[in-house]
Amino acid sequence: MLELKDISCSVKGGSRGKILDHISLRIKKGSFTVITGPNGSGKSTLADIIMGIKTPTTGKIFLESRDITNQTITERAEDIAYSFQQPVKFKGITVYDLLNIASGELIAPEEASKHLKKVGLNPEDYLTREINDKLSGGELKRIEIASVLARPAKLFIFDEPEAGIDLWSFDNLIKIFKKLKKEQKTIIIISHQEKILKLADEIIILEKGKIKSKGTPSEILPQIKGAKP
Amino acid sequence: MNLTDEEKQIFCEVLAENDILRESGAWQGEDERASPVATGASDAARKRSFRLAYKGAYNFRVNGKSVGRNSTKNIDVKPKTDRSGLDITIKPGTKNEQVHIPVAISATGIKEAVYNDFYIGDNAEVTIIAGCGIYNCGPTDSVHDGIHRFYVGKNAKIKYIEKHYGFGPGRGGKILNPVTEVHLQENSEASLELEQIKGVDSTIRKTTADLDKNTKLIVKERLFTHGRQTAESIYEVALNGKDSTTDIASRSIAQDLSKQSFKATIIGNNKCRGHSECDAILMDEAEVHAIPALDAKTKDAELIHEAAIGKIASDQIKKLMTLGLTKKQAESKIINGFLH
Repeated sequence: MLELKDISCSVKGGSRGKILDHISLRIKKGSFTVITGPNGSGKSTLADIIMGIKTPTTGKIFLESRDITNQTITERAEDIAYSFQQPVKFKGITVYDLLNIASGELIAPEEASKHLKKVGLNPEDYLTREINDKLSGGELKRIEIASVLARPAKLFIFDEPEAGIDLWSFDNLIKIFKKLKKEQKTIIIISHQEKILKLADEIIILEKGKIKSKGTPSEILPQIKGAKP
Repeated sequence: MNLTDEEKQIFCEVLAENDILRESGAWQGEDERASPVATGASDAARKRSFRLAYKGAYNFRVNGKSVGRNSTKNIDVKPKTDRSGLDITIKPGTKNEQVHIPVAISATGIKEAVYNDFYIGDNAEVTIIAGCGIYNCGPTDSVHDGIHRFYVGKNAKIKYIEKHYGFGPGRGGKILNPVTEVHLQENSEASLELEQIKGVDSTIRKTTADLDKNTKLIVKERLFTHGRQTAESIYEVALNGKDSTTDIASRSIAQDLSKQSFKATIIGNNKCRGHSECDAILMDEAEVHAIPALDAKTKDAELIHEAAIGKIASDQIKKLMTLGLTKKQAESKIINGFLH
């Protein structure tokens, strides 16, 4: 499904040098992969590179054997749906507008409501709300995830989906991921949460921009010290 | 079809006037034949079709003269006798009625100042729509200065919608200078939606208000400038009465080499609440100056101002691109949403 070949990323003039250092990996179609690792290990950069938000210094990216390294974000969005770690706010764009954009066509409010219900938001309260700072961090995060679930994508990437949401919403999120897994969607999640790690077919640990280890939850979880319950 | 030059001119003007009416929100019909100006430049025909297009009170002003006017049982629309403009009197208790006073300038070189006074009776609830557009295909500036004064009676509520629009290939400027003056009596409310869509080369927009006891003034301004256009928006609101409140929210986009300035002054003379907000998106080489001012004359006045000016946030563009839009489509969506 997805193949990264020798991906590196450096920041010009940065003191850290390489953010990603010769990463190569394969993500199978219909698989559930969780990428974890300490802060600053390059996880979000890797997700950004797959989506086209950041450009790698070296390396190639293949999606279904097609070289997408030089594709724009828009071109990649045909196949890849991406949930930002920090939800983006918009003055003047409503939740319904965003779900319409995400769906790629004008959808009925009833259709948009379904996506909101998936993330536990009452459509009557949110559909016409502007996506601005009057919404809490948790509400924004759930709207962000709803917009990704509205995408007709082949590969779903979630960057720390648990960040900023309450326990009830987190349990709801786990249900969403279980459902996506059941539907054989290809999923990559950046996460530190053990409940999410346990859902994975494969866990990849990044450290200092390199793959430290990878394997099944039963192989990897014992190695991870301090994984959050 | 071979048209004479005169017919071509009329045809252009009719199209322009239709465009003005539609863009300014004064006419929302789909069928061109039902438009107030679809039947050509004939005043009689305009009058007839205007009556078909609108139910209620109206005055339609084209190129410096009224081409259609109607009063209703509750709303009296009368021309002023001492200067250009109207006296519009709304009877006390009038509910759910509208007044349309669109202005279209489709000839070059017209310069006019129009004084419209609205006397809104106690307990009335009405909507007033005042779209204004200039089509200039010639070398000389066309200027419309619309001075609107609202005397809002006790317990009355008004919604005032003003949309300004300019277009046309001529070198002559499209200039609109609206003055809006609002006087609110006890327990009354005014909601102003002021919008300059595009194409206006120069504007000085001045809005003043004085608020009596327990009154509310809401202002929603939307401004878009491009090219070398200039726009100056000035507000001065005096919260005189106890528990009077105001909320002035201006959102603007400045593109190309255009320049905007926003000056909002709220004066708290009593126990009151006032809030002004200026949000501007800067593009290209444009400039925006925001000068909010608060003048609290008593410790019971709660006044707040906010101002934020900046370019379109790159994370907004990236987010919309991840949802399948191109960069250009994303920018357009953000701009349209922002000005909505």
